[in-house]
Amino acid sequence: MSDPQMVMDESLQRVEPQESAVGERGERLAASSIEMKGLHKRFGNDAVALNGVDLTIRAGEFFTLLGPSGCGKTTLLRILAGLEEADDGTLIIGGKDVTEEPPHRRSVNTVFQSYALFPHLSVRENLAFGLKMRGVGAQEREAKVAEVANLIQLGELVDRRIDQLSGGQRQRIALARALVCEPDVLLLDEPLSALDAGLRSQLQVELLRVQKRLGMTFVFVTHDQQEAMVMSDRIAVLNGGNIQQIGSPREIYETPINVFVARFMGHDNLYAITEREGCRVTTPVGTLELEGGSEGEFVLIRPETLDLKLGHVAGTNHLPGRITERLYRGSHAEYRIAIGATSLQATVNNRGHHLPDVGDEVTLVVSSEDLVTLSE
Amino acid sequence: MSKTTAVIGRRQAIVRETRHLLFTVTPGAAWIFIFLVLPSAYLMSVAFMSNGPYGLPEMPLSLTSFQQLAGQGFLGWSPGNLLTLMRSLWQTVLSTVLVVLVAYPIAYYISQADIRWRPIMLLAVVVPSWTNQVIRTFGWMNLLAPGTPLAELAEAMGMIAPNMGLYPSNFAVTLGLVYNFLPFMVLPLYAAFEKLNFALVEAARDLYASPFKAFWHAVFPQTLPGLLAGVVLVAIPAFGMYVIPELLGGGKGMMLGNLVANQFAGSANWPLGAAGAILMLIATFIGLYAMRRIGKRLGGGEEVVI
Repeated sequence: MSDPQMVMDESLQRVEPQESAVGERGERLAASSIEMKGLHKRFGNDAVALNGVDLTIRAGEFFTLLGPSGCGKTTLLRILAGLEEADDGTLIIGGKDVTEEPPHRRSVNTVFQSYALFPHLSVRENLAFGLKMRGVGAQEREAKVAEVANLIQLGELVDRRIDQLSGGQRQRIALARALVCEPDVLLLDEPLSALDAGLRSQLQVELLRVQKRLGMTFVFVTHDQQEAMVMSDRIAVLNGGNIQQIGSPREIYETPINVFVARFMGHDNLYAITEREGCRVTTPVGTLELEGGSEGEFVLIRPETLDLKLGHVAGTNHLPGRITERLYRGSHAEYRIAIGATSLQATVNNRGHHLPDVGDEVTLVVSSEDLVTLSE
Repeated sequence: MSKTTAVIGRRQAIVRETRHLLFTVTPGAAWIFIFLVLPSAYLMSVAFMSNGPYGLPEMPLSLTSFQQLAGQGFLGWSPGNLLTLMRSLWQTVLSTVLVVLVAYPIAYYISQADIRWRPIMLLAVVVPSWTNQVIRTFGWMNLLAPGTPLAELAEAMGMIAPNMGLYPSNFAVTLGLVYNFLPFMVLPLYAAFEKLNFALVEAARDLYASPFKAFWHAVFPQTLPGLLAGVVLVAIPAFGMYVIPELLGGGKGMMLGNLVANQFAGSANWPLGAAGAILMLIATFIGLYAMRRIGKRLGGGEEVVI
């Protein structure tokens, strides 16, 4: 797994040259910050959707709500849109308390998971809908629709009917229909989940490009941690209606604060600390030397921080084991290594040297600063 | 050699299929021809004949029946028939609009009710229509007669003269039509409401539509196919209705259906009755065509109905 920050930088570099080809809009839009205080939501008698959410989203930020289904992320988004009312708490957008405002009085637009395009209207009428409802004149409407159609590179589709569009085109129209209203905040509810992998990564790049270009505040909901890492300035990981951790993609991935976040970000090498003596801790994979001041009952060893040495070598943070599985991935190889009764995952970059094979006795080496401790 | 066998084989298959087709289609086609096409053709030809003794049609061909339908009698022109036509149109439009206004909220309410109650609610709407129409109309006569609570209430409010009752009147006919045709509107509307995509309503609200505008732009278009189907089911039979105006309408509440029926029974003028029937048919086709156009326009160019 490569550095998420780098992935993001790469994707930005990739789009840079295209930027001059898109739209004539140069100016950035006014963006708004969002402040949530103690948001509670309960459905029926038992299901708690949100359990006191406090969250501040900065103006112009690409912010992602990440979590498994049922974690409350969609409920939170719907509360931001005004489609759901919080039982308790305050919501401030752009300095204005909008807790009680109905959806049509909020400068917030949503890209729905199902797109929710109006099937009885043409693409053009769909794009113009929000402006029309706001009472924008026909001429200005026309100009703005043309501009946004240009921005998403779908100008030739404006006279089509919705049922004549492909999934990817519908997705872009849904995005454009929300963008054309120039809201303070754009909400995106798993907008890419219905698309196949290739189109998805293409649209991820496009979405990011539009957001950086317009400088609009984006709140993005997804259950896909890869997508979240690629896209976001910051991520909030949710579970059971509670925010588990807020941070940059690197912080969330590299220093998860608890077992749930670590597992959700795809980490498997989590070991309970059974004994602690200053900086030395005992775990099922062996004795590890941690950096000073680290606390928590679990230690996380990221597979890509491990070095593999052939044979058994003694030393601090040297763990002897035997390779039981090797997945060759071309650019790198993923190993499963048995240590005593348990096992560990390691990722080794393929630099063209010898790649150890199944059955080899190896020593895993990790430096103290790469070890992360976290709580239950 | 093998080519010729293939050709022969195909020919045999065609013969077999044709025979099969003839066996399956013929009974139905014969039924329609004998009991629909022939009588309709006869009726239409009757309209272009002269009125003979006892009202039976006879030669020579003439357009007298259409002149009579337009009000031309041997005492000169009278507006009676045209008034009946206008009344039919007016009663049809009025009662259809009222049926829509009553049925729309009912259908919405049922579609949003607990799924266990919906069949029972639908049944409650439909069951009355299983009773004979004549009996139900007699029921309304009893409810609207002089001295009944409804009539006395209307009297107390000064809407009718003392001891007059609410029937016979055009009001009673409208009421009877609305009552009679309500299920035919509720059912297709319910079907439309049941598959309402609520995400579109939320999208409209999100795109700055007030609740009313969201209804108009996101709910109404979705129910339009059901609404138009309901209008067709209500308006066409209402236009030709016989029983309700006969029993609740009296002399001044007559509709086209009564005019036609009277020509075949009472005053006995078959050609005039046939001309009236043709007029009804033409009006129906015009109505259907108009519905189609409206459906196409509001449905974004898509075929919505019929």
